[in-house]
Amino acid sequence: MRVPILRQAKYLIASIQSALTDQELLQLRDDLLEQTGRYRARGVVVDVTVLDVMDSFAARTLRSIGHLLNLRGAETVIVGIQPEVAISMVQLGLNLEGVATALDLEEGLAFLDERTDQ
Amino acid sequence: MSTEPPARIAINSDTDIVAARAQGRKLAGQLGFNSTDATVIATAVSEVARNIVQHAGQGQIEFDEVRDQNRVGIRIVARDRGPGIADVEKALQPGYSTSSSLGLGLPGAKRLMDAFDIKSEPGKGTTVTMTKWNR
Repeated sequence: MRVPILRQAKYLIASIQSALTDQELLQLRDDLLEQTGRYRARGVVVDVTVLDVMDSFAARTLRSIGHLLNLRGAETVIVGIQPEVAISMVQLGLNLEGVATALDLEEGLAFLDERTDQ
Repeated sequence: MSTEPPARIAINSDTDIVAARAQGRKLAGQLGFNSTDATVIATAVSEVARNIVQHAGQGQIEFDEVRDQNRVGIRIVARDRGPGIADVEKALQPGYSTSSSLGLGLPGAKRLMDAFDIKSEPGKGTTVTMTKWNR
């Protein structure tokens, strides 16, 4: 299933609805990259609240989304990493190095407002 | 373990990785693991399942209940008949990777579990056995 991407002013909000396969994660990366250009987005929120596992592939893909969008002039913030998922990520030695995170969608949008001077 | 649905999952594609980790989480819950440990187990399953898809193309993962004197655990065996790993020691070093990944897969799974063992023969395949105890 394709992750729905909503537009809100200068922002894109990708709201993950269910566990994603590797292919679906890569599709999300490509969709965000394309839509950031098409809609001239200044910021992107990726909401991972429903993800109950974040393995090395998912972490790497989210990190590359952040880096790619940064090269296209948009800020990225990952929101909604669950406590259990955070514990597993730390045990696994994963981080989202260089990509901002926030507690939830509200905090993520506030972060983007700060960073993009809205 | 009298589990249903079956405690064995065929791994042929990235969709099966999602199924395998869901199964791992479910069985961990049934065995009394708390939600943090169930997440840790599901994450380790995801890494070994991906290892099968990326390096062997197909294989299977079995889940079993294990017991010793006073504790219960879950044992996960991931088998494939892929190319095998020439240097297992090296494959378990974080950062080592033959594909485009970060090389965190197998070493990551090892870190997440209490016991972890790889048997691999070049040309014949790889078996990863890992166990987590409930405390």
